[in-house]
Amino acid sequence: MKVEMDRLMLASSVAGAFIITLLLLPVLNLLFSAGFDGLLDAITDKNALQAIFTSFEAAFLATVLSFIFGVPLAYLMARKDFFGKSVIESVIDLPIVIPHTVAGIALLMVFGRNGIIGSPLNEIGIRLSDSMAGIVMAMMFVSSPFLINHAREAFESIDPKMENVAISLGATRAKAIWSITLPLSMRNLMVGSIMTWARAISEFGAVIIIAYFPMIAPTYIYSKYVEQGLYAAMPAAALMLVLTIVIFMAMRLVIHKWRRYDTD
Amino acid sequence: MIRIENLSRRWKSFSLKNISFEVKEGEYFVILGPTGSGKTLLLETIAGFHISDEGKIIIEGRDMTNLKPNERKIGFVYQDYMLFPNMNVRENIGYGLRISGMDEASINKRVEELAEMLSISHILHRYPSNLSGGEKQRVAIARALAIKPAVLLLDEPLSSLDEMLRERVIRDLKRINRNEGMTVIHVTHSRQEAILLADRIAVINHGEILQIGKPEDIFRKPKNRFIAEFVGVENLFKGVARKVNNITLFETGNVKMYSSMHIYGDVYASIRPEDIIISLKKVESSARNCIYGTIKEMVDMGNVVRITVDCGVPFMVNITHESMRDMNLEPGKKVWLLFKAQNVNLFR
Repeated sequence: MKVEMDRLMLASSVAGAFIITLLLLPVLNLLFSAGFDGLLDAITDKNALQAIFTSFEAAFLATVLSFIFGVPLAYLMARKDFFGKSVIESVIDLPIVIPHTVAGIALLMVFGRNGIIGSPLNEIGIRLSDSMAGIVMAMMFVSSPFLINHAREAFESIDPKMENVAISLGATRAKAIWSITLPLSMRNLMVGSIMTWARAISEFGAVIIIAYFPMIAPTYIYSKYVEQGLYAAMPAAALMLVLTIVIFMAMRLVIHKWRRYDTD
Repeated sequence: MIRIENLSRRWKSFSLKNISFEVKEGEYFVILGPTGSGKTLLLETIAGFHISDEGKIIIEGRDMTNLKPNERKIGFVYQDYMLFPNMNVRENIGYGLRISGMDEASINKRVEELAEMLSISHILHRYPSNLSGGEKQRVAIARALAIKPAVLLLDEPLSSLDEMLRERVIRDLKRINRNEGMTVIHVTHSRQEAILLADRIAVINHGEILQIGKPEDIFRKPKNRFIAEFVGVENLFKGVARKVNNITLFETGNVKMYSSMHIYGDVYASIRPEDIIISLKKVESSARNCIYGTIKEMVDMGNVVRITVDCGVPFMVNITHESMRDMNLEPGKKVWLLFKAQNVNLFR
């Protein structure tokens, strides 16, 4: 039995090593190829820094807006049964399956200069395509399902009877949610936010179609690669990689330390 | 006082139908019914978590039917406690008081009084995940009592507890009801809980109240077959009753017995095992019924022995170990069963 188990573990380790190598090798190779000098080049490249800053800013805004609009929807989905709920569920998951260039084109047709919403807005001086608003919208489109689904799972794991008790003790529903449901689901909401932020900052296909400018880091790296070749794109790519990994790891660490009420 | 008038509520495929009852101030009222009978839905409708389709809920003379649950001042304790895991015991108990805007010193005073009363003063700093089932239940009760509710609603409060803890919580509930004068509505599927705690019992099934009465009425004089079976009447017979010389004669198979109840035609008869006396000879007594039979089976139930006597139909009789030894009872022995006409309960 033990021998069999060991063989199984060995096979699992070999399979796992393959996938880890696939994930890690390109990342490490990029970092080592760019080297310290490459990172220094990127840090001194104003345009690269600006593009990276735009990426972080847009991803942050997309996450905050997804939180503001997505969490109430997730609560509704978790607590209420209503006609058409399964349709709404499919709509939420739709961006996960749509190719992102397709998403970009669809967004452009709605929010672009000649789009059904973009056109009237353009007339009153509000421009969504080729603007920060367009980038944020494209990022929200592809990333908000992660937050909504995480939030919904979090709310579903909290017994609604707990809110009933809080209400019977005199709380309004809003107060019950604020004092009981939100603190209990905050860890999952944060995990969802991190996943949303990560998905938003890595988006390229949808953003490049609706907003080539202002350039986000992926667009800048792509343009460098197309116009000047691989080695010109490498420093900005490496810097973006380092920053993303550091922030992502830091956020994961905070979440890891976040109090879990079910295990203390 | 709580008055429920013709309360109806449809929810998913289930409905509460025309529920009416009154609970007096300081009364311990138990709603007894099987799983899925609508007990929890009824309790949640009284608390306001469900809006009733029809009927009225009047508490202390005030119509609460259309009030929001947070305006009803009703204490609610769920079977699975529903303590707030993000708050310690002190914060849990003080939650309602803090919502009401009470100052911290008064909150602490009230929390400590309740903790003292329920013997949980030593765990005020602990979080729910570090409490035993009994402790959680007492915290949930203290939290509900903190707001000085007009009525305490308990949804199967003892079913998650082991036997020892159950006895402890039963003592606590009795004390809260008797000493503090708290009006309690307690729903349960347990006959034992109902007997131990209730001043009055309402039996519910399929969303309808079938009978309301004192425990002895419910257990000795069930109104119908469902109640008789649910409350555990072992001697339940189907037969025909007719009037003979101003008393009712009930016949089932070749067994005849008298009842003081005046219901005739196709009926059920029930007799509680503890109301039957067993004798080795036919004796003249005030008991109207005297039936001859043979002991078929004897089962030791701990404090009593349950004897099955075949009299044409099987009768269950409970006797003490002492009586069993005195009469030298054993399977196969011929005996007489004696019971009063007033203990033969007839119903349709």
